[in-house]
Amino acid sequence: MTLSGTSDTAMVIATVGYLVAFSLHSLEWSAARGLAGARPADGSEDAPRLRVDLFGRLAIALTAVTLIVHVVAVVLRGVAADRAPWGNMYEFITSSLAFAVIVYLLAVWKLGARWLGLGVTLLGTVGLGLAVTVFYVDVAPLVPALHSVWFIVHIVAAAIAGAAFNVAAVAAILYLLKDRAEASGAPARGYLARLPEARRLDLFSYRLHAFAFPLWTFTIAAGAIWAQYAWGRFWNWDPKETWSFVTWVIYAAYLHARATAGWKGRPAAWIALVGVVSFWFNFIGVNLLFSGFHSYAGI
Amino acid sequence: MSTREFLRWCWTQLTSMRTALALLFLVALGSVPGSMFPQYNISPVEVQLYKNDNPELAAVLEPLGMFSVYTSPWFSALYLLLFISLIGCILPRIGVYARNVAKPPPRLPARPERLAEHRSGTVDDAPAAIARADSWLRAKRYRTLVTADGVSAERGYSREAGNLVFHSGLVVLLVGLAWSSLLGFHGSAVVVEGNSFSNSITQYDEFSAGGLVDTDHLTPFTVDVNSFVAEFETGDVQRGAARRFDTQMTVHHDGETWDQLIQVNHPLTLPTGEQVNVMGHGYAAHITVTDGNGDVAFAGPVVFLPQDGNFSSIGVVKVPDARPQRLAFEAFFFPTAVLDETGPHSVFPDALNPEVFMNAWSGDPAVEDGVPESIYVLDTAGLAPIEGDNGEVLRMRLVPGSGMELPDGLGSITFEGWSRWVKLQVSITPGNALTLVSLAVAVAGLCVSLFVRPRRLFVRITGDRAAVAGLDRTDAASGLDDEVTGLAEAVLGGPITQPTTEQAEWGGGLSAASLQEEELK
Repeated sequence: MTLSGTSDTAMVIATVGYLVAFSLHSLEWSAARGLAGARPADGSEDAPRLRVDLFGRLAIALTAVTLIVHVVAVVLRGVAADRAPWGNMYEFITSSLAFAVIVYLLAVWKLGARWLGLGVTLLGTVGLGLAVTVFYVDVAPLVPALHSVWFIVHIVAAAIAGAAFNVAAVAAILYLLKDRAEASGAPARGYLARLPEARRLDLFSYRLHAFAFPLWTFTIAAGAIWAQYAWGRFWNWDPKETWSFVTWVIYAAYLHARATAGWKGRPAAWIALVGVVSFWFNFIGVNLLFSGFHSYAGI
Repeated sequence: MSTREFLRWCWTQLTSMRTALALLFLVALGSVPGSMFPQYNISPVEVQLYKNDNPELAAVLEPLGMFSVYTSPWFSALYLLLFISLIGCILPRIGVYARNVAKPPPRLPARPERLAEHRSGTVDDAPAAIARADSWLRAKRYRTLVTADGVSAERGYSREAGNLVFHSGLVVLLVGLAWSSLLGFHGSAVVVEGNSFSNSITQYDEFSAGGLVDTDHLTPFTVDVNSFVAEFETGDVQRGAARRFDTQMTVHHDGETWDQLIQVNHPLTLPTGEQVNVMGHGYAAHITVTDGNGDVAFAGPVVFLPQDGNFSSIGVVKVPDARPQRLAFEAFFFPTAVLDETGPHSVFPDALNPEVFMNAWSGDPAVEDGVPESIYVLDTAGLAPIEGDNGEVLRMRLVPGSGMELPDGLGSITFEGWSRWVKLQVSITPGNALTLVSLAVAVAGLCVSLFVRPRRLFVRITGDRAAVAGLDRTDAASGLDDEVTGLAEAVLGGPITQPTTEQAEWGGGLSAASLQEEELK
């Protein structure tokens, strides 16, 4: 089997791995249905509680194993192509999702953020699923426009920023759910009760955004420097540039909203979600709908 | 409300965070149409095509500036308002910061233990405890204010500085952009291999310059385009994709001459700042036309414009000097020509099997009226298509080196061979250094403003009782409990066992391990 063939197989295995991990997290959530927030002292809920924990652990273990397969697939793809593995949509999404799962597992390891699992494994399943079915292209060398050191700098920054934005969006969704549950006044039951307080979810989401935003700024700046070399002008209002700017402005609005009375909390979280939609549109919509200087990014 | 009050009210509104938020949204929203509709600054041709296809819609869109969004009055108004709001917001804050930065930390609160995060204990030697607290805080880079009652300390002054630097950096960035657009220019010209380009306004096909550029005195330089090599993928994957674009040039500038290789990411940059990029390429057919009198009426390369990814190209050969009848040819160039039921077309971008297909026109000699006309478009006024033997329009198919005799003694045409042309783009953006530096400084400031977390810590000693407390000045901080514990241990001179006031950071969930622990208790 060729290197690229092995990479393709590994990527499909990774997709299935995330799907199974997602199913395990779904079982974890559904097993927690109806359980009280605090453990009843009589131990009446201990059996289902241990089951919830077991599903969660299995899902994390599987995600970690899948990540290894996923990273192997990405690396083999790079070795097969003899270059960095992010020269087209398929390669960008697979690399970027590897970064996202790494960010997530770091959060699990350092902060116990297992509650992100459902959203992140769904992201991995859908993202890799799209990659292997819709975006797939065979290994090929790069067009001359990509022969540049900025090919590494610009795209790695974009992939890591994208990974952080996406994990942050998962946290923002959980925050909105938890905040609604807290606002209702009724004691939360089920998995919602096991999530950290809404305030902490918001904080977690903010920190990831605060990490991703300067990196995204850098991504745009690095792209502009590259454009100056390649196209003689650092900003052309090409659709990709326009939408990366739009995404930047939305996230800037998010950061400002968090510091503005009346916009804190839920409205700010919604702005963050608009931001992640804009990010995805910039990735998929712009590549497929519009033509521009970034045409090589397509399928 | 007086005018003065009204203006003041307007200013307050404009510089409020809410307005800034609204303007940010509007700028984001306003940028979107530029990616949906073709833009003059990117491709005037596309705009024209769009207007031809959608005349009614275009009649509405054009006055709204939808074809030149980023230079339209409303978009300019939006970002200028945003920047005025930004300046109005940061100027007072710079003043406040300048006054506060040198101030000592705040006074010690009377009862620090009222703060949410606090510890307490007993000490026997108050001055020694205060000294320990002070050195512990200084080691952690806190600014301290020591009194007989205790210590108050603050850190993270640079957060606001970073914030102000970031926003000021954006303003300077805008200045850099304005500088580039006033004093910069960019233009392009098509140059066939073996020919030269000299930097003067008359040599450009397209040229746009800022208002302060002296277009009559552009920096003199000349580039000879010696050769252009293009290579394309011949394998099965991405067949026809570009693999190499190498332009060999000889540059003449300021009394010096040197050879230079230009590639996509390696433009020519002159010491005077002009940058030369190769932005496009195509084919030129070398055509010789002999007229009815037997004189060579035209000889030379004709530039063909590519129409698709495989470089099916169109071009026009105009021979106004041919006699007794003037001649013109509408031609198609196919680098790898294939003729099938869909008609002639090219199946590969490289010149593997170049052919020229053309039809010819003739007419009475016309008086030169001096009106400029496009070299790519044939104006057929006064011309009639030349017909072949069977009364149909004459169609010619030529391979390199072949020619054809026109009927009725009108003359002949020969396709001598082909070469490539490149589209050179010359640009100068004098504000680039300022733009780049301001951007780098802004990003550095942004990081400081996002990652530095101001915090205040207090130690008050009343008799033998020490109260230690802390307060975060941003809601995104963490680790305050550990820091207060650390300070309390320094003050009390030993480990403390007092439980922290907050739960463990992200836990809260039940695990098998914790269940077992509970069972053991």
